[in-house]
Amino acid sequence: MAFLSIRNVELKGVAACVPANVEENIALSNIPDVEKLIKTTGVERKRKVTPGICTSDLCFEAAEKLISELNWNKADIQALIFVTQTPDFIVPATSCILQDRLALPVDCLTLDISLGCSGFVYGLSTLASYMQNGMITKALLLAGDTSSMTCSVNDKSTYPLFGDAGTATALEYVEGSEGFKFHLGSDGRGFKDIIINDGGYRNQVNADSLYETTVSEGISRNSLQLSLDGMNVFSFGISKAPESVNLLIEKFSIDKAAVNFAFFHQANKMMNDRIRKKLQFEEEQVPSSLKDFGNTSSASIPLTMVTQTAAQLQTGEQHIIACGFGVGLSWASMYCKTKLLVIPQLLIHD
Amino acid sequence: MDIETFIGEFAEQFDEISTESFGPETQFKENDEWSSMTALSIIAMVDQNYAVRLTGDDIRNSTTIQHIYDIVASRVA
Repeated sequence: MAFLSIRNVELKGVAACVPANVEENIALSNIPDVEKLIKTTGVERKRKVTPGICTSDLCFEAAEKLISELNWNKADIQALIFVTQTPDFIVPATSCILQDRLALPVDCLTLDISLGCSGFVYGLSTLASYMQNGMITKALLLAGDTSSMTCSVNDKSTYPLFGDAGTATALEYVEGSEGFKFHLGSDGRGFKDIIINDGGYRNQVNADSLYETTVSEGISRNSLQLSLDGMNVFSFGISKAPESVNLLIEKFSIDKAAVNFAFFHQANKMMNDRIRKKLQFEEEQVPSSLKDFGNTSSASIPLTMVTQTAAQLQTGEQHIIACGFGVGLSWASMYCKTKLLVIPQLLIHD
Repeated sequence: MDIETFIGEFAEQFDEISTESFGPETQFKENDEWSSMTALSIIAMVDQNYAVRLTGDDIRNSTTIQHIYDIVASRVA
């Protein structure tokens, strides 16, 4: 089982950036029974990019603001990881482009990670691993997606749920610090449960890729758009997320009563409520950003930190758990303590 | 587990249906109230009450409450 304990690395700050454009789900007249859908999913509205705006643009803005508020010298940033499934190009990796745009040193290590809902926690584990022996002292994790660009407007199972956001998280080497504990897992048997079927190299783009088909009532899409098996993903989420958090708690003897916040990937209200109840967390321990931002993929955990708990994270020490679960299928849980985090106000990209 | 209790728990996932109108042979997807969201409620109920993981295919391939009951009964630890 993949457990990691990484010492000497601390979370220093988190920033998030969302597009200015807000779409109200209640106004989606083509979605059948939209009121019930809003009630079940908890997503009242979400932010949508306009075509041409990429995840990297949102992450860039978040990173610039965070670096500035941390008073970091860019020359000291030695690693940048970009977690996304909506990169600028198929080739090259967007993290290289971001190194240049952010004017980071050319000897800065960069890496793209292709994960969605579990990606923030996976990215943290990768970056913290790089840093744990002190060779890299300051680093950035950029995570986000513009999933709205991948959804068919005629697909009730995806279109009302997904919103866009980009985030930046700062990590620093602090000798003697307790660091992070992780539990990570994956189950590729469910790879088709959340998938864009065409456009990669298994199924290359062809003339039929753009042909819209009706899968069932309220679900029509083409093969370049996101397909989601809601029942399988729901069933997976309510079993794997609590299991992973419980394994983390047991393995590292975490005092659950002392956990101030448990940040879960924001999938939908029904799933997140069920996960919270199974783990017996109180509502106030489990913040949610679903109502205003929807499911923002790998941005959902840092976006929730910024929009729901900034005041608490900016002051004093907090014990936090974070758990991401979804596309892959893939899941990851993390525990750490935070102290006086730098959290700029939510940025809006015009 | 017993079928009578299961039918009661199944019917509770519907807002406007009385438990009495449900039986083992009820074709639940024929009900006007059935939707993908009811399906999620059923999956959650089975997870909570029986610690069994139902898949999308389990729901898609079943027509009666008895079908779902049999799947759950076969997986109960």
